[in-house]
Amino acid sequence: MNIVVCVKYVPDAQAERTFNASDNTTDRENVDGLLSELDEYAVEEALKIVEAGEGEVTVLTVGPDQAADAIKKALQMGADKGVHVNDAAIHGSDAVATSLVLAEAIKKLGDVDLVITGMASTDGTMGVVPTMLAERLGLPAVTFASELTVDGGAGGTATIRRDGDASTQTITATLPALVSVTDQINEPRYPSFKGIMAAKKKPVETWALSDLGVDASQVGLDAAWTKVSSFDARPPRTQGEIVNDEGDGGSKLAAFLSERKFV
Amino acid sequence: MAEVLVLVDHVEGKVRKTTAELLTIARRLGEPSAVFVGAGFDAAKESLARFGAEKVYRVESPEVLEHLVVPQAELLAQLVAEKSPAAVLVPASPEGKEVAARLAVKTESGLITDAVDVQAADGGVATTQSVFAGSYTVAATVTKGTPIIAVKPNSATPEEAAGAAADEVVDFTPSDAAKGARITESKPKQATGRPELTEAAIVVSGGRGTGGDFSKVEDFADSLGAAVGASRAAVDAGWYPHTSQVGQTGKQVSPQLYVACGISGAIQHRAGMQTSKTIVAVNKDNEAPIFELVDFGVVGDLFTVLPQATEAIKASKD
Ligand SMILES: Cc1cc2nc3c(=O)[nH]c(=O)nc-3n(C[C@H](O)[C@H](O)[C@H](O)COP(=O)(O)OP(=O)(O)OC[C@H]3O[C@@H](n4cnc5c(N)ncnc54)[C@H](O)[C@@H]3O)c2cc1C
Ligand SMILES: Nc1ncnc2c1ncn2[C@@H]1O[C@H](COP(=O)(O)O)[C@@H](O)[C@H]1O
Repeated sequence: MNIVVCVKYVPDAQAERTFNASDNTTDRENVDGLLSELDEYAVEEALKIVEAGEGEVTVLTVGPDQAADAIKKALQMGADKGVHVNDAAIHGSDAVATSLVLAEAIKKLGDVDLVITGMASTDGTMGVVPTMLAERLGLPAVTFASELTVDGGAGGTATIRRDGDASTQTITATLPALVSVTDQINEPRYPSFKGIMAAKKKPVETWALSDLGVDASQVGLDAAWTKVSSFDARPPRTQGEIVNDEGDGGSKLAAFLSERKFV
Repeated sequence: MAEVLVLVDHVEGKVRKTTAELLTIARRLGEPSAVFVGAGFDAAKESLARFGAEKVYRVESPEVLEHLVVPQAELLAQLVAEKSPAAVLVPASPEGKEVAARLAVKTESGLITDAVDVQAADGGVATTQSVFAGSYTVAATVTKGTPIIAVKPNSATPEEAAGAAADEVVDFTPSDAAKGARITESKPKQATGRPELTEAAIVVSGGRGTGGDFSKVEDFADSLGAAVGASRAAVDAGWYPHTSQVGQTGKQVSPQLYVACGISGAIQHRAGMQTSKTIVAVNKDNEAPIFELVDFGVVGDLFTVLPQATEAIKASKD
């Protein structure tokens, strides 16, 4: 079972995230980054599958130099090898271009049975890269998995449980397939000391666009199919009235709500 | 006038409010054509007409639904090629976004997700989204292909406008590749009788501070006709279903009024409620970060504050 996990390096959500004023792209230089927390669930799930059977986990990221940290963390958790696609031309790419680069990298890796991704990145939060990637690779996709069972035999399948508003669904896809996982699926492990030491010896390949046969004109800000025309910080919310409950807090709350016509 | 395709969100012909919102938005951009997949068209026709759908393209085959999003994306791609619409609007639900993502790649068109506003702008479409946990608002446009926009619930007030809703059965066969994933089982959820979280005008949420007892939160919500939400701490503890979780990895809500009860206000929770019009919190700890956001806050025990408020609200209605 060859599993590729797509992981993204994102600005820390706890930090002040912002944009580059020059080109309206997400500021990835001045804000500390890390492996997107939601991708840890994807790494964990891949490790569990391989540990229960056999196979190999490759982590793949598309991003700037610092994105190597995301790979490192996944290798420390236990993934076997890493691929880092890094090319100056990629800066400013949108989901469409990112999915193209990921797709070409996965094709280059070759024999892949399962692609696992997070449900959404914590910065873009579009949650569309996984489906676009599946579309480009011609794979079935089962997304937002809260549970995953993989049957790796001949005619193998990936079966997920998806918790929807109207119903809980069981969905089955034939392998090779793409699965995106939610934060309900498992509890990601922390890298152990052994894992941290072992990661230092694990192979990481760095590929440029030319290694993938992707032309620079297909990616980056200029190739984006959408354009951010402006961004504005939302005015901070001004704190309203805070009352201490002295036996009348509930009445005061009700009074506020009726004054604002909610009652 | 160019057509604007609207993917109808419905359960057995019962059209959801988001579809009325999308049809209202579509009229700003051109002439709305609804795309209806599945059974129950007769039941849906009236409301599609009422919100201005001039045409309805429909596909009845249950196969299309059983195989999830790929056939819907193929169908929309076929319609985009045939009708050259000015835009395609889908609901920003997980499924809607998947359809949109595949459609974008198939038609080489720019995709904007989670739009909270959509307007016509010099021959194209201009959208507004809220990003970074609601701390920024960005304006965006599609620069390539047919604009595909996944629109969040509550992004427009549905306005009625009579449309013909003339239906046309589309000649459509999903490809074999579209059948790679299949729903093998579907267990319906029990209805709570409360409004749906993302559509509700008022949301009342409970967190770890409920200690697992949501009854006071629910009573208060019912007195306001509100939907009930939960923090991840409450969901992880098994006190409330995951589908009620508000936040980064749950639902993003933007109601007129959001009431957080026994919730501290972590960044991931804020990401799901920060754009609510009015925010209220009840929390024992006067230093809880949630108070930074509120229009009104009560520092107190939710088990005494909420019942008192519930009584007062009920009394004022009598
Ligand atoms: C990747 C990731 C994704 C996440 N996604 C989400 C998400 O989508 N949604 C989400 O909510 N969280 C999410 N979280 C978790 C988030 O970081 C917080 O842990 C969570 O929101 C805390 O929930 P809480 O406020 O209910 O609990 P706590 O932070 O423990 O706060 C409980 C509050 O209740 C108050 N309280 C206690 N007793 C009472 C009482 N009797 N009366 C009144 N007040 C009382 C306390 O003062 C405290 O402020 C995510 C975390 C991660 C890492
Ligand atoms: N630059 C990237 N490199 C690797 N994986 C990515 C990248 N961007 C997105 N992904 C994957 O796609 C998922 C959803 O991302 P998004 O569509 O940006 O919300 C993430 O959880 C990752 O698994």
